Amino acid sequence: MKKYDNLIKNAVGRMVPTEINGEKQVPFKGVGKFIPTGRKHAPRIESCTNYPADGNKLVPNLKEALIKSGLKDGMTISTHHHFRNGDVIANQIFDIAHELGVKNLRWFPSASFPCQEHLIKYLEDGTIHHIEGSMNGALGRFCSQGKMSGLGILRSHGGRYQAVQDGDVKIDIAVIAAPTADAFGNANGVEGSAACGLLGFALADSQYADKVIVVTDNLVPFPCIPWQIHGNLVDYTVLVDQVGIPEKIISGTTRITKSPDRLLIAEMTAQFCDEAGIVKDGFSYQAGAGGTSLSIGIYFSNILKERGIKARFIRAGSNKYPVQMLEEGLVDYILDGQTFDLEGVRSMRENPGHINTSPFTSYNYHGKGNFSTMVDVAILGATEVDVNFNANVVTHSDGYLLHGIGGWQNCLFSKCTILPIPLFRDRIPVIKDEVTTICGPGELIDVITTERGIAINPRRTDLIEKFKNSKLPIKTIEELKDEAEKICGKPAKANLSDEIVAAIKWVDGTIIDVVKKVND
Amino acid sequence: MNKKLGEIICTGNKGKGIRSDCYVSLELTKEGGIDIQLISKVKVLFGASIIDLAKEILNFFEIKNAKILIEDSGALPFVIAARIEAAIKKLIKTDKEYLQELIPENLYDTQKDCNRFSRLYLPGNSPSLMINAGIHNPNGIILDLEDSVAAHKKHEARFIVRNALRQVDFYGAERMVRINQIPKGLEDLDYLIPHNVHLLLIPKCESPSQIEQVNQKISKIKKSLNIEKNIWLMPIIESALGVIKAYEIANAAENVVAIAIGLEDYSADLGTRRTNEASESFFARSMLVNAARATGIQPIDSVFSDVGDMEGLKQNVLKSKALGFDGMGCIHPRQIQIIHDNFAPDEAEITKAKKIVIAFIEATEKGLGVVSLGTKMIDPPVVKRAQNTIELAISLGKLDKDWNEFETEK
Repeated sequence: MKKYDNLIKNAVGRMVPTEINGEKQVPFKGVGKFIPTGRKHAPRIESCTNYPADGNKLVPNLKEALIKSGLKDGMTISTHHHFRNGDVIANQIFDIAHELGVKNLRWFPSASFPCQEHLIKYLEDGTIHHIEGSMNGALGRFCSQGKMSGLGILRSHGGRYQAVQDGDVKIDIAVIAAPTADAFGNANGVEGSAACGLLGFALADSQYADKVIVVTDNLVPFPCIPWQIHGNLVDYTVLVDQVGIPEKIISGTTRITKSPDRLLIAEMTAQFCDEAGIVKDGFSYQAGAGGTSLSIGIYFSNILKERGIKARFIRAGSNKYPVQMLEEGLVDYILDGQTFDLEGVRSMRENPGHINTSPFTSYNYHGKGNFSTMVDVAILGATEVDVNFNANVVTHSDGYLLHGIGGWQNCLFSKCTILPIPLFRDRIPVIKDEVTTICGPGELIDVITTERGIAINPRRTDLIEKFKNSKLPIKTIEELKDEAEKICGKPAKANLSDEIVAAIKWVDGTIIDVVKKVND
Repeated sequence: MNKKLGEIICTGNKGKGIRSDCYVSLELTKEGGIDIQLISKVKVLFGASIIDLAKEILNFFEIKNAKILIEDSGALPFVIAARIEAAIKKLIKTDKEYLQELIPENLYDTQKDCNRFSRLYLPGNSPSLMINAGIHNPNGIILDLEDSVAAHKKHEARFIVRNALRQVDFYGAERMVRINQIPKGLEDLDYLIPHNVHLLLIPKCESPSQIEQVNQKISKIKKSLNIEKNIWLMPIIESALGVIKAYEIANAAENVVAIAIGLEDYSADLGTRRTNEASESFFARSMLVNAARATGIQPIDSVFSDVGDMEGLKQNVLKSKALGFDGMGCIHPRQIQIIHDNFAPDEAEITKAKKIVIAFIEATEKGLGVVSLGTKMIDPPVVKRAQNTIELAISLGKLDKDWNEFETEK
């Protein structure tokens, strides 16, 4: 089986394969242009007669659960990343598979982390065929060097839900590590020593996988309340000593940036939103957990306080800052996709206005709407942006695959998408003629704010008109690019081969770009 | 040319937390040509250009055989060049200088009485902080060669400061350098005067003769290079003797435009501790303000060193303004805005100034020689001060430049 075949030019001008790891693929056709037909994928029909009537689905250990689930060559095994760098279960799954001599597995995590570097040896010995999910750190490097047997596929959080729902990826066994669960399989993320807030990334897996295993170190008598994962979808439950390493799951503190340059970018971004008329009573925003995004939240919160108004909702990976706003009455709801600190977990446990969401509710493109389009402003990051406002979040300018897409692509659908970024990092300009990898098409990216000026996408004539007499430093994106190159010099091109090592999916399952192998 | 063979000279910085800098180890060899080794986090994108730059500099100094190791953490060309040249000049004696372009953005001048509310101190051997300093809009940027540079780094810092003056965009801020204490500081001047430095801070100043020494050296350099423009001086008073001599120092020369106080050293000299209430320095600060006003120059206050305490800074600025100071130093870009906002005229001052200026305009239009507001006569110096307040408010963005149109429409 070839890793990929039959390249074709897609709607953003990139050559992408129409066949990957033996499966047919659709090239990106433009935003909103690919409309699927047919019905969703469905798991097998089960009968409760095959499950214990007392609800006790406990098996002695993970190995037995995997054997009972029918683990065999070529299967697709999924995990979630709510435990971030404190995950221990993914490594155990493949230790077991290796021990059993199972080969050619497809690992389908919602994201991978440096703690899973351990799996490189299984990629090398053929236990794992390839990864479909974000690859950072050592795994990203491994993939970038073309060492993976299959082609990597990266999806957004929403795109992963879509792929599972549509049957693009059929999960054979989903292993859901849960901070708290009962023997029936009901599970949540708010209680237990490994509390991570919520389990939304595992929702699709629980709904669509053939076999579902819930693993916990905090087994409570039925019912486990709240039950974000429904036991009715679960085949086996397993009790282990430790399901995750708490201090690596949650950072005890999240800090706003101390960098004066980043604070300046945050301040300019908040000012821009205010002048654009976005910050008003009942508005909503999406902000990440990065230092710059957090600081923008602080500026928003100051404006709200000063004017005695409040936001309707924050779509977020939450931490103590949005929580503070919620508890001070500056916002009605936090619609939380993943929780980054202990305050976030506490708030989700205690505050009725702190709501757990999932990639289904927030992002799924093949649904009857989703939350992302209703957000007034999304403030996101990028590793590179080009003069056509296309942006990259997965590779660095040297070509290495180092980040996942996360919910980034999905959030581009907000009413106004702003990327606050430094004009250059160390000596590397962020604005380029052409991004290394297109993750988001320029038509969805409205504004770039940098410490040396703000560029508005020419498509947003309304914003350009509004900012005609603004005191903010409005420049064209070409001007910003020239300014960066004047300071840094023009960088040479990354040394990339023609060989493709990974594909980047758009939110509708089409292929928007590929990642090339890095030459040494 | 004298050459030292077999000795390895290291310049620059490397290691954890170091960014936008590079570390250079240079050894001159007898034979074998130029051997350049580069370790760089931006090697893929800039490796070739870094090696070209290194070769060009070695060639410029006519070095044919050398081993050079560059450990780069994303340094800009002005930094790489400074590090290499500093190493070369430890090994060979030469009067040549490898000068990069003095960028056109940096060719502006400043006025004797321009606003000096804020001046941002930057350690002279830390290039990463220099690159973005100007975007925070301080009135002045100080590249510091004195206390923030370790004794064994003084040599290489001069090259960084010289190259920064030529290559880093200061975005309109006054270009200042704090030289070393006199007499050592006189050696710094060769690296500064030819590169459009606007103002020199002279630390630990205790006598007018120190100002004279600086001015003599400046004149010599200016003459040899045909430089006409003024170089402003801001002596810093940091001792009891300096405080007592403040008037003489302020009055020492035409190009002394401001006089500043450094309270850390001053408090130590008094044998006391610096407190937030600052009663220990009340005399010194008042003395300084009076010396400055008596000679028509600007009195400038010390820095507020707790960068996390913005409310404390604000109170400090308000006290400073009340004592008569025109500005103060800062050590973090986030302090700039607070210093500007609080040295700036407040709402009540602006409102009053507007009334006076409008009354003046009306009186002039009517051909009246006397300006009055209500039943009160307004003296010309008061009008002048009100006009200054308005100009200041406009320049600080606290008042629209067309304020008068709005006012008269009402």
